[in-house]
Amino acid sequence: MSKHIVATVNEIPVGGRKLVEIEGRSIGVFNLGGEFFALKSRCPHQGGPLCEGKVGSLVEADVPGAYTLSRPGEMLRCPWHSWEFDIRTGQSWWHPARMRVAQYPVTVEDGAALESAGWQKGPYVAETFRVEVNQQYLLVEINP
Amino acid sequence: MTLTLPKVQTAPALRTREAVIDCDIHNTIPDDKLLHPYLPARWRQHLDSFGIGFYSQGAYYPRQHMNAARTDAWPPGKIPGSDLDFLRAQLLDQWQIDYGLLNPLYLAGEQVIPDYADALATALNEWLIHHWLDPEPRLRACVIVNYEDGESAAAEIERRATDSRFVQVLLPARTREPLGRRKYWKMYEAAERHGLPVGIHFGGAGGWPITGAGWPSFYFEDHCGMPQSIQSQVISLVFEGVFDRFPDLKVVLIEGGFAWLPPLMWRLDRSWRLLRDEVPHLKRAPSEYIRQHFWFTTQPVEEPGTPEHFRQLLDQLNMDDRILFSTDYPHWDFDSPGMAIPGSVPKELRRKIMSENARALYKLE
Amino acid sequence: MPTSLIDCDIHNAVPSVQALFPYLPEYWREYISQSAFKGPIDTSYPVGAATSARPDSTLPAGAPAGSDLEVLRVHTLDAWNAEYGLLNCAYALESLHSPYAAATLATAINEWQIEHWLAKEPRLRASLVVPSQYPDLAVKEIDRVGHHSGFVQIFLPVHSLAPYGTRQWFPVYEAAVRHDLVIGLHFGGTPGNPPTASGWPSYYAEEYANQAQLFQSQVMSLIVEGVFEQFPALRVALIESGFTWMPSLMWRLDKEWRGIRREIPWVKRLPSDYIRAHIRMTTQPVDAPSEPDHLLQIIDQLGSDEMLMFSTDYPHLHDDLRQDAFPLNLPEPLRTKVISGNARAFYRWSR
Repeated sequence: MSKHIVATVNEIPVGGRKLVEIEGRSIGVFNLGGEFFALKSRCPHQGGPLCEGKVGSLVEADVPGAYTLSRPGEMLRCPWHSWEFDIRTGQSWWHPARMRVAQYPVTVEDGAALESAGWQKGPYVAETFRVEVNQQYLLVEINP
Repeated sequence: MTLTLPKVQTAPALRTREAVIDCDIHNTIPDDKLLHPYLPARWRQHLDSFGIGFYSQGAYYPRQHMNAARTDAWPPGKIPGSDLDFLRAQLLDQWQIDYGLLNPLYLAGEQVIPDYADALATALNEWLIHHWLDPEPRLRACVIVNYEDGESAAAEIERRATDSRFVQVLLPARTREPLGRRKYWKMYEAAERHGLPVGIHFGGAGGWPITGAGWPSFYFEDHCGMPQSIQSQVISLVFEGVFDRFPDLKVVLIEGGFAWLPPLMWRLDRSWRLLRDEVPHLKRAPSEYIRQHFWFTTQPVEEPGTPEHFRQLLDQLNMDDRILFSTDYPHWDFDSPGMAIPGSVPKELRRKIMSENARALYKLE
Repeated sequence: MPTSLIDCDIHNAVPSVQALFPYLPEYWREYISQSAFKGPIDTSYPVGAATSARPDSTLPAGAPAGSDLEVLRVHTLDAWNAEYGLLNCAYALESLHSPYAAATLATAINEWQIEHWLAKEPRLRASLVVPSQYPDLAVKEIDRVGHHSGFVQIFLPVHSLAPYGTRQWFPVYEAAVRHDLVIGLHFGGTPGNPPTASGWPSYYAEEYANQAQLFQSQVMSLIVEGVFEQFPALRVALIESGFTWMPSLMWRLDKEWRGIRREIPWVKRLPSDYIRAHIRMTTQPVDAPSEPDHLLQIIDQLGSDEMLMFSTDYPHLHDDLRQDAFPLNLPEPLRTKVISGNARAFYRWSR
């Protein structure tokens, strides 16, 4: 298990997302109402860039024509074939038990804790910034 | 201290060394005005007023995706499929594609004004040459024709036949009459003479309800119902004796999937055995004509629940040399060259599907 | 010969419009006698087509094949030692544009079926016919006669003017469920629109073959419009449809649904699950592959051994009338299910 810093907390507003790459994996980090979720950005169907897809409500209907919406902003649709995934769980809508996308735990840690705890650099140099003790950072944990 | 943030990458690189030929790509026109240089003055005004599409066919089923495209296929500020550089990067280079076959879905034959249809077809082929074929050697294209007028279509085929980058004639699955009917024969005659396959592609609007049982309600049915339209065309081409009349004609069925083909062949053979008195011009069983004259692209590849069923399908089909891989880029039901064809397909057959069958059919290097 | 076999598709034919006179109001008896109207003239079984009647079903004096109970009984129920036979009278009511002509003839045919078929042969059951293009009048007829124990199904021609999943048909399904009747989608139909998305084919052979695509469009419509969610108790039989195309349709529908579900969110399960739960198919005619193994593969690919129901499709001609062929040559326990078990369960017939 290794943890990687991917963003500051205020970089991803509610309803927003950030795409990152960690050790060869494309990962999308989403902010649902102040909670953070990270999903592998590779659709289990045909490998599409899942986390670039549109986000919307859960759409259901008990009988024809009776559309009901719930959980706004929590369903991710693959940019390719529109398979729907629950951002909170990574489960596909059509077969939650068997078809899902990998999820990674996200934690929030402050700069002071990071100074003394273990952390790792990302593989590519794209952006650099200082870790400040009064900022909060999002960390994604992967199984290398 | 400082820390480095990882770089964002939009798609994983394909790690494969297999050759890929993509037999179905949909390039688009970013702005209708690009056609002006290729249109007579009479039709420039009409294009500006009425556009390319037809305005009252009744066959409008709004797609679930804007422009029916993958949501990641939009070049900045442009519509999907309209930017050659973007297409190069996201498709040809990304998947190391040897050749891509352009089937732009501007169906001149849907136009009800005959002269406009003719002019559009010519203009679209000119646009293809100058904006796509000239700048990108990996691309090939279909000839766009006014398919509802056999003579006009034949003339346009003649016009393009000497340019070897035009490798096919484009027809849609939904036409004003079934495609085996006599009005289309002059077009087949020209195609056969020049060794060009005709491609019957998903889409079209012939002025009829899009099923034989009336207008359905949903885009789901427009999209998922295309195999039924294509099957009707296969039936027509066979039973009208098109292949007896044009023994060297080749037909490619594009973007309909293919799992329905074995049971269709069985049904047509049975129908013919019982009803052959009505069609004495047929000299052989329908399945023999189909095996001899038809190819089909893979996308949208069917996904049976088990790999064993896919293997059974290929076995029942027994047309290993006729299967042509396609992506349908940039549409949403895009098939990935890396993952669409099941890994369980034997290597030799996979090579045929991914490139060799297309190389042979379209005479590519 | 098996001791228990159920024949789910036998065609009784109206001998002539005069046979319906006892059941027609006086206005129609007079009008039919004096006008050019003598009942429908369009047909899905042209007399000149070899498939319309097998040679041994010919009757004397030009009577339509299937119009004589005695002959029909010998050729079907007795020949196969059938426990039950299900009549489907394909009289082309949908070709009549006058709602009143269609409705009055539907009533007459149903009364004629009761008196001349159901009352005379206890092994027979039947589909009731309706003026299908007028759903309100169809419901009236269903409510009028649907309670009769001999009627187990409502006959609808697969070739219709509007797909059968569309809402205009919902009252018919509501009535079907209310009377516990199966909806029988049957080969043919002459409602006036062409049978393909590209207009009219030239040959009857094409129209005959294209029926499979019509069935496919109708199954798709029923699923996608949520008919089985609106009417969870509804049962649908596909009759004289062929069945070897069904697995490929299931695969495509399931694939499509995984992506386009949002447009039709009332489709809560895989389309193929609805098909297996609500739809059955008769066996004849079989669009059979030349390899027997391939036929077994297709049946396996359906994902259910409860979908097929034996039928003779008398008097229509098929390739193979042998009584040692499919489905009698299937392995058990599939064989018993196909020749009687599945129909018994679906139509809820006791032993």
